[in-house]
Amino acid sequence: MNESLTHIFLDAFLINNFVLCVFLGMCSFLGLSSKFTTAWRMGVSVMFVITVSGVLSYGINTLLVTLHAEYLRLITFIIIIAATVQLTEMFIKKVSPSLFRELGVYLPLITTNCAVLAVPLFQTARGYNLLQSTVFAIAASGGYASALVLLSLVRERVDLSDIPNLVKGTALTLVLASVLSLAFMGFAGMGSGG
Amino acid sequence: MSDPQPIPSCCGTAPPAPGGSNPFVNGLWKQNPVFVQVLGMCPTLAITNSVRNALAMGLATTFVLASSNTLISMVRKLVPKQVRIATYIAIIATSVTVVDYLVKAASISVYKALGPFIPLIVANCIILERAEGFASKKPVFASLLDGLGMGLGFAFALTCLGSVREILGAGTFLGVPLFGSHFEPWVLFLLPPGGFISLALWLVTFTTFRQIKARRAARAAAAAAETVPAGQLVEVRS
Repeated sequence: MNESLTHIFLDAFLINNFVLCVFLGMCSFLGLSSKFTTAWRMGVSVMFVITVSGVLSYGINTLLVTLHAEYLRLITFIIIIAATVQLTEMFIKKVSPSLFRELGVYLPLITTNCAVLAVPLFQTARGYNLLQSTVFAIAASGGYASALVLLSLVRERVDLSDIPNLVKGTALTLVLASVLSLAFMGFAGMGSGG
Repeated sequence: MSDPQPIPSCCGTAPPAPGGSNPFVNGLWKQNPVFVQVLGMCPTLAITNSVRNALAMGLATTFVLASSNTLISMVRKLVPKQVRIATYIAIIATSVTVVDYLVKAASISVYKALGPFIPLIVANCIILERAEGFASKKPVFASLLDGLGMGLGFAFALTCLGSVREILGAGTFLGVPLFGSHFEPWVLFLLPPGGFISLALWLVTFTTFRQIKARRAARAAAAAAETVPAGQLVEVRS
């Protein structure tokens, strides 16, 4: 595959936004978007984990292909992600204990975020090289973080308004996500040119 | 991975403690993973643009849930607390790899339609939640039943969502056209925004049912509370 880097970036960031168009990382998207501060911290830590684990799993996948052990792919990817999350946790704890306390339980939860696992799976399926994989990982995680932050901003405003009891909670969040997703559909036109 | 605390649920609502007597019915209806616990949202929204895909995904998840629950329940006394989540994930990833190859062997068209969402069953929070919340504490047979119930409940929810989206978005059910040629399909329902909005509508429907039921129960309790003192009063008078 010879896609240009700009196309890969735009495709993963806007046109096929991981959260709003491909439905990945839904759990944290619905669960952690009630406050802006939590949302952007979560977004940044997920970006870090996705980028590191994406690059690492590119290397591991090359190794597995040379060994003809592709059936181990899924298990190794999961182990890489778990290790990266653990590493991030130790790194943040060492560098900034206050930030570590603020992030709390959200850090280990990144392991079960499907957006993180999807990046290595997609880049293997599309046959990206190292540079393309890195750009793809950064763009996809950036898309995740921006969708999370956007939804949190909308939810903070909606919190103040008067809404029927029946739709309060998850249903309202889903309706908001639907409107956001409708807005992102507008970017679909950009894809046809590339 | 090494923290001994229970895994916090990754979704907004914390699942209530399983109180039902029969684990199978419990998963199928009372604790339905999608409509009640709001878990496993990614495949719920991504795969449900047709009934066939929804059913295939539901059955694949049922298989993974039943087998991983059984295996985890078998090894629950052998695994040290510190490495239990790593062990669960390894067991789940193995079951998912099996399903991945099974679906590929059974039907290539379904395999292509489900795409990366079969390997992504590993990251489905229902499975890890059942492993931690049920299979790690209960005997093997109960865990198997719980896995089957939860999985079929998940499949049921996916089919509900898939039928709404397929009927409105394509005018067909399981590929069979329902309306005449004059029907203009509402394509939005096949696209991502339609997924969000139809799940929101299903959740509202189920909340309404539960509210009506709760109101009825409250009224019955109030009526019972009113009649008892009245009866006592009568006794006192007589």
